[in-house]
Amino acid sequence: MISRTAILRLAAGAVGLGAVAGAGFLAYALHPAIAPIAPPAATSFSAESVERGRVLAAGGYCAECHTRRDGQPGIPLAGDYAMATPFGTIYSSNITPDAKTGIGTWSLAAFTRAMRYGVSRDGANLFPAFPFDHFTHMTDGDIADVYAFLMAQKPVSSVKRENTLPFPFSMRILQAGWKLLFLHPGAYKNDPAHDAEWNRGAYLAEGLSHCSACHTPRNAMGAEKASAPYDGAPVDNWIAPPLNATNPTPVTWTENEFFQYLRYGVAPLHGSAAGPMSPVVHGGLSEMPESDIRAIAHYLANIDHADARQPGDAQHLATAMASSTRDLTTPQTADADARLYQGACAACHANTGTHPVLGRPELALNNALWLDEPTNLYQVILRGIGTEEGQSGITMPSFYHALTDADLARLAAYLRRTRTTLPPWTDLEKKAAAVRATLPAPPVAASH
Amino acid sequence: MTSFRLNGHDISVDVPEDTPLLWVIRDEIGLTGTKFGCGIGMCGACTVHVGGRATRSCITPVSAVEGADITTIEGLDPAGTHPVQEAWKDLQVPQCGYCQSGQIMQAASLLKDFPQPTDEDIDAVMGGSLCRCMTYIRIRDAIKKAAAATGGEPSNG
Repeated sequence: MISRTAILRLAAGAVGLGAVAGAGFLAYALHPAIAPIAPPAATSFSAESVERGRVLAAGGYCAECHTRRDGQPGIPLAGDYAMATPFGTIYSSNITPDAKTGIGTWSLAAFTRAMRYGVSRDGANLFPAFPFDHFTHMTDGDIADVYAFLMAQKPVSSVKRENTLPFPFSMRILQAGWKLLFLHPGAYKNDPAHDAEWNRGAYLAEGLSHCSACHTPRNAMGAEKASAPYDGAPVDNWIAPPLNATNPTPVTWTENEFFQYLRYGVAPLHGSAAGPMSPVVHGGLSEMPESDIRAIAHYLANIDHADARQPGDAQHLATAMASSTRDLTTPQTADADARLYQGACAACHANTGTHPVLGRPELALNNALWLDEPTNLYQVILRGIGTEEGQSGITMPSFYHALTDADLARLAAYLRRTRTTLPPWTDLEKKAAAVRATLPAPPVAASH
Repeated sequence: MTSFRLNGHDISVDVPEDTPLLWVIRDEIGLTGTKFGCGIGMCGACTVHVGGRATRSCITPVSAVEGADITTIEGLDPAGTHPVQEAWKDLQVPQCGYCQSGQIMQAASLLKDFPQPTDEDIDAVMGGSLCRCMTYIRIRDAIKKAAAATGGEPSNG
């Protein structure tokens, strides 16, 4: 039997250990402020550095999350973008060089600390809605160029709205614990097992362009699951598809398909960049040199083991093409769902021959039909795709008023049944209503 | 304000961004060759070309065509002698004529994708363009005649 004294000793020891650990944690969690500086003149940065920074800032999509989109649209980089997280809404900060409301008083050291360790100039821990867990892998030189670009912009006075994070998520000190678990700080180190192009692609995809921030599922603490890299995840009421070998499309995402998609907004054998992916391609990556896009494509094709999976592609392509005009070329079919497909979709999506026509997306090959949920299919049907999204210059109409939730469900069930080999989707009408409810407003007014 | 090119002219319109393109073309710009049919993208009467591709204008919001190159039946050919239009006249395809501008725009687009279309190609693509006078047989013949006249060279991107 353990004596009372021993228990007390144990307890005292535990408290002591806790105190030491707590002190250690505090030392880890508390950061000093870095002294404010007088906002540097835009002319104090070299034009070359500012230009390099402009391209990098595009490739990291800074303006995507640091520009208000809801209500009155904001000035680029002036912040106040509403990010809905499972923990509450976080409003992004103003990263123009305004001294009072932006980062005008941040030195390069303060900016670098924020990018690499997620710490604000005043020492507060930043929330990981800011993907510093990726930016930490950037080189000092690239971070300095982004800094030069941001500090050379026109200062904008703009105060963001207050975050709606409830206690305890609002406690920034807790973010230090998050970092202890999930942040692996430090610039990217080349993997000698791979060539220079692969390493360049890894540097960009894992760091600056933070692909896995959307394409990797997150755990209960909002961190990317290390056990499921690139498994795909829900994002902004869309699905960011898997980028690894679990991607279900019949034809492999090869290096060329990735390149076409990331450079031009459309992969001929997969579909176009719609929804949240459209600004990634057209607003971000479009500024980067072709060699960088090729490097990212090279890296991603390695992640999804394209070489090993490619041998099946010819057969899968032939099967998809053979299914494209099903129910469309015989005398009027008795299948009402097929007739709905013919009336609403086939004029633009029916393909014959060995390969789909560019601009005539083949649904039997399309990501949206092969995912576990019909979310992306519904999003595209309801919203349509503008000429500045997806494949540039062409458009898909919005069927928001044209099709009821029951119609959407019939189309989704029909396509899944006739153009894929996967099990049927469930609760289709309910899910159609749920996706429709996420749209802020009908994209098009009713025509009648 | 939305800007685009229509039949080769630069156009800017100040209308709510959810306005259907069809109403911009007919009411704002005044080109009435493009017709209102069903209003839900199911009949093809309102078909125009956006970036060279047949598009149902009745359910396309004007916000979606920012910067686009749009062609209506009035702009398909300056003299109205596009091979499809010629074949249409030669074979006396139209009956009441209400659907024909949409049919012709869809057919012209079809020939870019499939320069020598089979019956199956025509049925698959034209199945969304309805004709209440039931001139489908002549529509199919006219498309083949136009294909023969153009030599069957693909012209899509």
